[in-house]
This record gives sequence, C-alpha cells and structure tokens, in this order.
Amino acid sequence: MEFFLVNLIDGLVYGLLLFMLSAGLTLIFSMMGVLNFAHASFYMLGAYFAYEISTYMGFWMGLLLAPVIVGIAGAGVERYGLRRVHQYGHVPELIFTFGLAFLIEEFVKFIWGNNLVPYREPAILDFALFSIGNNNIAAYKVFMIFVSISIFLSLLYILTRTRVGMVIQAALSYPRTVENLGHNVPMVFMGVFGVGTALAGLAGVIAGPQLSTFPGMAILLGSIVFVTIVIGGLGSLWGALVASLLIGWMTTFAASSSFQFADILLALGLEKPVEMSESALRDLWTLTLPQIGPILPYMLMVFILVVRPYGLFGKRDS
Amino acid sequence: MSDSTQNSTVRPTGVSFSMVLPWLIAGAFLLVMPFVFTSNSAITIMNQMAITIIFALSYNMLLGQAGMLSFGHAVYMGVGGFMCVHIMNYVEDYSIPLPLPLLPLFGGLFGLGLATIIGSFSTRRAGTVFAMISLGIGELIAACSIIIVAFFGGEEGISGDRTMSLPFFGNEFLQQIDVYYLISFWVMLSALLMYLFSRTPIGRMANAVRDNPERAEFLGYSARWVRYYSFCAAGFFAGIAGGLFAISYEFLTAENLGLLLSGEILLITFMGGVGFFFGPIIGAIVFTLLQTVLSLQTELWQLYVGGLFVATVMFFPGGLAGVLMMHVPAFRLGNAKMLIVPYIKTLIPAAIGILAASGFVEIMFYSRHAPVGEAEMVLFWTDIDTSSMIPWSVTIGLALICFWITKRNAPDLVETWHRANAIDGGDA
Repeated sequence: MEFFLVNLIDGLVYGLLLFMLSAGLTLIFSMMGVLNFAHASFYMLGAYFAYEISTYMGFWMGLLLAPVIVGIAGAGVERYGLRRVHQYGHVPELIFTFGLAFLIEEFVKFIWGNNLVPYREPAILDFALFSIGNNNIAAYKVFMIFVSISIFLSLLYILTRTRVGMVIQAALSYPRTVENLGHNVPMVFMGVFGVGTALAGLAGVIAGPQLSTFPGMAILLGSIVFVTIVIGGLGSLWGALVASLLIGWMTTFAASSSFQFADILLALGLEKPVEMSESALRDLWTLTLPQIGPILPYMLMVFILVVRPYGLFGKRDS
Repeated sequence: MSDSTQNSTVRPTGVSFSMVLPWLIAGAFLLVMPFVFTSNSAITIMNQMAITIIFALSYNMLLGQAGMLSFGHAVYMGVGGFMCVHIMNYVEDYSIPLPLPLLPLFGGLFGLGLATIIGSFSTRRAGTVFAMISLGIGELIAACSIIIVAFFGGEEGISGDRTMSLPFFGNEFLQQIDVYYLISFWVMLSALLMYLFSRTPIGRMANAVRDNPERAEFLGYSARWVRYYSFCAAGFFAGIAGGLFAISYEFLTAENLGLLLSGEILLITFMGGVGFFFGPIIGAIVFTLLQTVLSLQTELWQLYVGGLFVATVMFFPGGLAGVLMMHVPAFRLGNAKMLIVPYIKTLIPAAIGILAASGFVEIMFYSRHAPVGEAEMVLFWTDIDTSSMIPWSVTIGLALICFWITKRNAPDLVETWHRANAIDGGDA
C-alpha cells in the first residue's frame, strides 16, 4: 500500500509536469495548426535562465522572472520567425521549429557547457514534509504539485470565464470572423504562443532542480510531450491532462515494479533454456518491466493511432 | 496515365542525349575522383558522402516528392544495416557463397519489409499526424535497440567482417578504394532508379497527392495508397544506404537508428533543396564537407550549421538547389552579366560580416570555457589576447558595418535580379 501511495505521488508530479508542457503545446497547435517542435527547448531555456538568475538573486526571483523572459523570447520567435515561415505552409513551419530546437540546444551548450549545472531547490523547501512508511516525501514535490494545479485552474478559469479567454476560443475556431469583429488575431496568436512557451519555461524552472539541468533535458522530455498530446487528441486541453497523468503514472509504476517476463513464459509452460547465449529468445527471458517502461508511452501512442487516430479526446479529424 | 489529355505537349518517347548527359558526367566524375584525391581519409569521406546521397535522395522521396515529413527515417537505414552485418556474419560462419556487392540488396529488402509494415498504418494521413507517428516509431525502435540485444547488440552494437564473403572477380574488398567503387556503383544505380521512379505514373501521382490530396482522390487515385507506395520505395533505398554503411564501416550501433540521424537527414535534404531531384545530392555533399572540414576547425560547427539551417528555412525555402535554379531564367535570357556587380557588392560584405560575427562568437566561447588565467587563442591564424577589448570590438564592429552595407545593397540586388528576369532585359 505504501509502495502504491509513493508511486502515486511520484507519478502525479511527473504527470503534472508533462501537463504544463502539453497544455501550452496543444493550445498552440489548435490555434495555429503547427506543432511546436521547440516547445521542450523553451522548457530547457526556462531551467537555465532560472539557474542563471538564481545565482544572483535566489530561487524565487528565478521562478518569477525566467518564465517571463522565456515567454517574451517565444513571442519574438512567433513574430519574427514563424509568421514569416507561415506563408510556405505547415510542413516548413514544423521544419522551422525543428531547426529552432536544434539551435537552442547548441546555444545552451555554447553558453553553459555540456555538463550539468548545479541548479538546486531553495533551502526553505529542502526538507521532508511527511513520510509514508519509510519513504520521505520532499516538500519540493508537494510544491511542484501545488504550482502545477494552480496553473491548470487559472488556465481553465481564464479560458472559460474571462473575456480574453472567449476571444481566444473564438479565434481558435473562426479566426476570420473574430478578425472582422475588430480583434487583432495575429496579436492573439502571438500572445498565446508567448503564454504557451512561458508555461513551458515555468515547468522548466520548477523541474530543473528535480530532474537535473543539462543540455539533453529537452530531447529527453520533448518527444514524450508530443506523444502525450497525440494520445490525448491534438488540440484538446482535457485530453492533454488525462494523457499526461496516464503517462506519468504508467512510467512511474513500470519503473518501480519488479515484474519479469520470464514469469509469463514459465506460466505458459515454456522451459528456461540452459544455454542462454544460444537461444534467439534470450532477451525475452531476461526482460523486466522497468526496462521497457520508457517505451511504454510510444507503444501506447502507436496503439491509439491505429485504433483511434484522433486520440482519446480529439474531435477534429484534421 | 492517359496520353490523350496531353496531345498538345507530346514529348518524344525514347532517350535523348541531353537526358543521359548528366548521368554520364556523374559517372565519369565518380570514376575520376579517387585519382584526384588519393589519400585514404579522402576516400573515406567520399564513401560517407555517397552513402549520405542515397539516404538523402530516399528521404526526399518522402519529403520532396510525396510531401510526408518523417522524423524517423534513420530506422529503415539502420535496420537494413543491422541486417547486413548479420548476413555478413552468417556468410563468414557458414561459408555461404554470397558476393559482397549483392549485400546492399538484402539491406534494401529488409528496409522495404519494415516500411511495408509501418507504412500500412502510418501513411493513412500526411502532414502533422504522419510526422508524429514517424517520430513515435523512430523512438520506439531506437529504444528497442537497447532491449533486444540478440539483434541490435545492445549498447556496444554489432560488428562484422566484409572480407570473408565470396571473392568478387578475385576482389576481396580489403582496401577502401575497392569499397569506393562498390559504393559508387550502388549510388549510380539507386540514384537512377529513384529518378526513374519519380517519372513513373505513381511518382507523378505522389506529387499530385502532395499538392492536393483531395483533387487526386477525385481523379480516382487513393491518396493513401500513393503515399504507401512512395513510403515503401523510400524504405527500400534507405535500406540500401544502410547496407552500404555496413560494408563501409563494418560496425553499427544504436546511434544508426536514432532521432539524431533522422533529424540530420531532414536538415541535409532541406538545405540541399526539396524541390529538385538533385537538391539532396548537393545537400549531402555540402553537409559532409562541412561536417568533416568545419569540425576540424571549430568546436562550434553544429551551432553554425543550425543557424544556417534556420536561415535556410526562413529565407530560402527552396534550399541550395532552389537558389541555383533561380538563376536559370537570367542565364537563358542572357542577362546573367548584369547580376555580377550587385552580387559582389552584397555577398562580399555579407561573407566578411559572417566571418567577423563567427570570430566574435569564438572569442566569447573561448573566454567563457577556457581555464582561468588563459587568455590567448588562435583565431583565423592570428594570435589574439581575449583579455583586451581590441579583438572583441574589432570583430563585432566589423560584423555590424558589413551587415549594414549588405542590408543597404540588398534592395539593389533584388531590383537588378527582377530586371534580369524580365523578357525585354535591363537595357530596354
């Protein structure tokens, strides 16, 4: 039971982190029809900017300033990069963001080097809040959960209850009509792109101390974020939430389980071969669930795409 | 398909000399190159170039000709290569009489086999959905390479020995130069086949489906099947590239399947130009040269290549081939001479500006990552002292001045270019 609870909390932390990234990505996609390949790179930039700020002004200023800087950078990319490439079509846009992801990684290596940077959680949150059995739950994890959930609730409130949110939602479906009503739709697009990248930056700021800050962190999380929004259904905020939590829990439980595939083979009545190196199935006998944990999301994605190509909550058959 | 609709523009069937000429030149070029660059390292670079050419051309069958953006094309090359190493080992263990030049064919067949399976569900949609599926499959197979040790050899990879196969007319492929001619043969053959594929009705329909799938469907073609055939053919040629890679290096690891290589081939193909058949060839040659020459000069070469790539996407979506072909009308009209002076006035400051800016970047990189106390570096064959302000201000000042001149002269170039392309010419 305590094993279950600890994994539940760990999976929740990871899932909510994924959600902060996939929420921005899915909003940007439903608005502009372009998947931002560099989204996870903005997450990385958030972590590095926060690290740089925290060395001068402490963690909390980093938490406050880094997402703003990342958001401004994102808005600039939309205004001066994507808007220019938009005329060539969606595929060049995707290629542009791919190149941008490459460039940002090289930029980060250029400024901060190839190794880990010592970005840590603040001392005030560096203690065990409570413990389940023998497992201490760090206060920082609870803080991460708190930040992610409050972000989700405020995003939901802004999108569904405020005037700005109404304009955004309208611009999602009928950009021309909204433009004719006198709203500056390109400005709305730029704002959504900026806010989406700022969210990714915020995720980086709070995830950096936990998952370590290094130039590979964008690639590590980037493709999982894509998988998340494809599983949830491109453009669906609720789908992003459900898929993020699903993937968070799935990978966490798989990573800590002690399940071995040899058990299945034995139950099927197969005999374990004596000379392992001769058997073509030798990998199957030594395979464990933690080993295939990292590829479970991809398998789920391929399965979903074959069975239900528009994802769990996707509506548009685009 | 139907000739009756094209009665007004019937072209002579059969092969004319001007169609064969580029292929003859390319073949002669491939034959002569080893006599020009005789060193072993140069031949290794040329081998790498040739393999990249096949891979990039096969990628362009997807991206350029059928409009499918793939983030996992390295998988087909990698699986073909892994299979070829296994076959090499079988040939060695059981003395199977298989001559080495036939080996890439098996790589191609396994690439084709994998593509038929994966294409059956991934080609249902083009665009973003296809890109995402290709990414997922790419990551899945790359991750499997560490788990399925029996086939992929885990993190160490697998290796073979090409010299143990049946001698081919007495040749055992001990030397790099022998491998070079083997690879050259396959480059010519696959490039020719890929070109001919793009001329078949199915290759033509792939273009139609890329541009407007709805209209293609109204004409009675299933967009999905057209995409599927292109996908399978691309998988086949990627597998051939993988087989040649296995022969040339005799060694494959999980890196040969990874996202990094898939991204690299996208970069190569796009920088070369997706709109023309020869674009990816230019891209492969230029990129391999950059990779080998630039990486000897600077640690930051990937930063420069990344910048070049983003600039290509933003300003020249046609790639290098597109830029070259832009000048064909001016040459046809005999106005090319008009362009020389504006080009000199724009490109020389631009080149100096780029060099100065990269010099500034190098100084910054050095002063950030050098050991404390070290302040002397060599830049463009001159010793400079990074602790003084002079090199910093000289490079950045030169870059700013040159970019300003470029920006001032660029409208003139554009205007001259338009005049050079006008029928009546600039003198009118």
